Amino acid sequence: MNRIRDHLVAAGLYALLAAIFAATVYPLVWVAGTALNPGDTLLISSMLPEHPTLRHFGRLLRETDFALWYRNTMFISVSNMLLSTLLVTVTAYAFSRLRFKGRQVGLMTLLVLQMFPGFLSIMAIFVLLLQTGLLNTHLGLILIYAGGSVSFGVWVMKGYFDTIPRSLEEAAIIDGAGRADVFFRILLPLSVPALTFVMLTAFIGPVMDFILPQIVLRSSDKMTLAQGLYGMVSDKMNSSFSLFAAGSVLTALPITVLYMFFQKYLIHGLAAGADKG
Amino acid sequence: MSRGDRAIVYRAGPASPATAGLLSAVCAGGGQLLNRQYAKGALFMAAYAAALIVAVPRIARALQGLVTLGDTPTRIVDGVLVRGDHSIFLLINGLLALFAGAALLMLHALNIADAYRHRAAAIADGGPAHPRRRSGDEAAAAPAPSATAPTNGSRHPAFAGRRSREGRVALLLLAPALLFVLFVSVVPMLFNVLIAFTNYSSPNHIPDRSLVSWTGLQTFSRLLSDRAWTSTFGGIFAWNVVWALLSTLVAYFGGLAVALLIEHRKVRFKKLWRTAFVLPWAFPSFIAILVFRVLFNGALGPVNGLLERMGLPGVPWLSDPTVAKLTVLLVHFWMSMPFLMALLSGILTTIPRDLYEAAEVDGAGGAAKFRRITMPHVLMATSPILIMQFASNFNNFNLIYLLTDGGPPNPNYYFAGSTDILLSWIYKITLEQNQFNMASAVSIVMFVVIALVSVLNYSRTHSFREKD
Repeated sequence: MNRIRDHLVAAGLYALLAAIFAATVYPLVWVAGTALNPGDTLLISSMLPEHPTLRHFGRLLRETDFALWYRNTMFISVSNMLLSTLLVTVTAYAFSRLRFKGRQVGLMTLLVLQMFPGFLSIMAIFVLLLQTGLLNTHLGLILIYAGGSVSFGVWVMKGYFDTIPRSLEEAAIIDGAGRADVFFRILLPLSVPALTFVMLTAFIGPVMDFILPQIVLRSSDKMTLAQGLYGMVSDKMNSSFSLFAAGSVLTALPITVLYMFFQKYLIHGLAAGADKG
Repeated sequence: MSRGDRAIVYRAGPASPATAGLLSAVCAGGGQLLNRQYAKGALFMAAYAAALIVAVPRIARALQGLVTLGDTPTRIVDGVLVRGDHSIFLLINGLLALFAGAALLMLHALNIADAYRHRAAAIADGGPAHPRRRSGDEAAAAPAPSATAPTNGSRHPAFAGRRSREGRVALLLLAPALLFVLFVSVVPMLFNVLIAFTNYSSPNHIPDRSLVSWTGLQTFSRLLSDRAWTSTFGGIFAWNVVWALLSTLVAYFGGLAVALLIEHRKVRFKKLWRTAFVLPWAFPSFIAILVFRVLFNGALGPVNGLLERMGLPGVPWLSDPTVAKLTVLLVHFWMSMPFLMALLSGILTTIPRDLYEAAEVDGAGGAAKFRRITMPHVLMATSPILIMQFASNFNNFNLIYLLTDGGPPNPNYYFAGSTDILLSWIYKITLEQNQFNMASAVSIVMFVVIALVSVLNYSRTHSFREKD
């Protein structure tokens, strides 16, 4: 009797797991299937096409500006990654290791700013960029991203620096190391997990963002992937689903791999950002 | 009075620290000259003159523009376009001028304090009011008044110890971030706040064809008394709160349930399940949202197609107000559950096994163990994340805008649909309707809510209780 109940429980559990699995992968398989499907129709009948083809990928590269969007996005993401990592580590170091007037106020300000979605001030940013001649430039967008990433990144990074014992640095200073030595040779190497997290989020943020590019980048040769793909779907003609699917696969694949690879850092970093501050 | 005392007073000169400060106040560098810091005094005077000639008139003009917001719109006179004032540019310039003015005043105050301090130090030393011998690199590092120990709180230059040196290093390290935050966050935010007190809106007050003027609290009173605005704001705000609460709780407890499911002792290949379920989290969210937009399309969507082939009626996933709200929640669940599952899985493994064993010895059942051990432990470890998720869902613009465009349109609302949250509504009234002042007023209300929640959250975390 007990054995039967046990089997039933197990069967129920696996049924549940299977259902969740189906719901989880359905959209992903659908995208891949549509991208490989020879026709232009939305795949309804079968999830995977019988005669898969790479035709849509070729069309995507020939008929749309996809390659250009890709390049733009990569340029913006990498630049933002470098710039904001520099800003964040330097600022976090100051907040973690130095004691100065206005430190608490500074931390509190960053905290409140972090909760303030950047594009609430779109109008002002728009006018500021317009006046400085940075509207419709990648530089303008990168500067905004870098400025916006400071608050959250500093909290994560500072939290991590705080966990590294100062005695290590003091020992190095006794041995004659300068402040810069301590920073580059001791603190940074020990902070690789937090550093990885900050760099990854700074890299991925611009790839995922839709709204800021939409406001800042006004001409089609400057567009990012998010803008381009949105344009394909929101198009009322509904003609380019297979192109959209192909583009999605090309965009999502590297990012998904990146995420899965750095999973540990990302999940712990997000948690750290929340509880260590 | 002994002879020695008199000698000291004589040698320090008749001027008191206040005199030195006053001299520097009237003309920067004056007090420094009195202190016989000739090079420094000359440098300060030069900077002072430059500021008076170049910066001050511009700042004054910009501030005047900030007050008036311009008085002549651009117009066509005898067929020729005559450029007038652009109120919004005047507003931004005025704002920047305020910061520039404040910076100049601060530098001037530092210059006065510097003169005062050196004089006082000289008198205290009892020696002639000679400048303290400065090492070469220190002098080189102080080309402008700004570098004269701005955060130095000590009375005497010789006491400038570790703290003030740290202060100087900190200022240097923080300067770039400070500038970024100032121009990307603070100035835009202040600008945003100021707009709420003007009539900057379509169709009658759009520069540079027409002018914008200050209107005080009029925008707020319209938001709170005009029936259409009030009901739109109230409706969207209520849905926004419900949405943030529901989406957070559903994803959180869903994630917990799945994590527990995988942890169940009968389930094998735990790692495999976990990896499979975490996929949606790794998948770029905006693409996932756009995919769902296609999947749930009413007429062409594969999901309805699937239902029809099974003989079931199609569901108005995105076109019925109530169903659309559920769809948004569903999609959010798909996207957020994996992260929470992964996170909570990690936390579940940190609960000490012996707690459960002790409970079993005491005869506790599965439900009791869950309620008394698992739940408190998990909640304690993740309550900041819960609040953070709430805040980010409250502003989940991408999901709403990319999935439903805020729709289906709601005829009772001003420029908004049934699934619009405040942020997407603000986006619409800004970029589509150009009701800038109203957008700004709504965002101020929103900011207050967000700031309260975040301060509440973080003031409890230990970063703020750290000891120096």
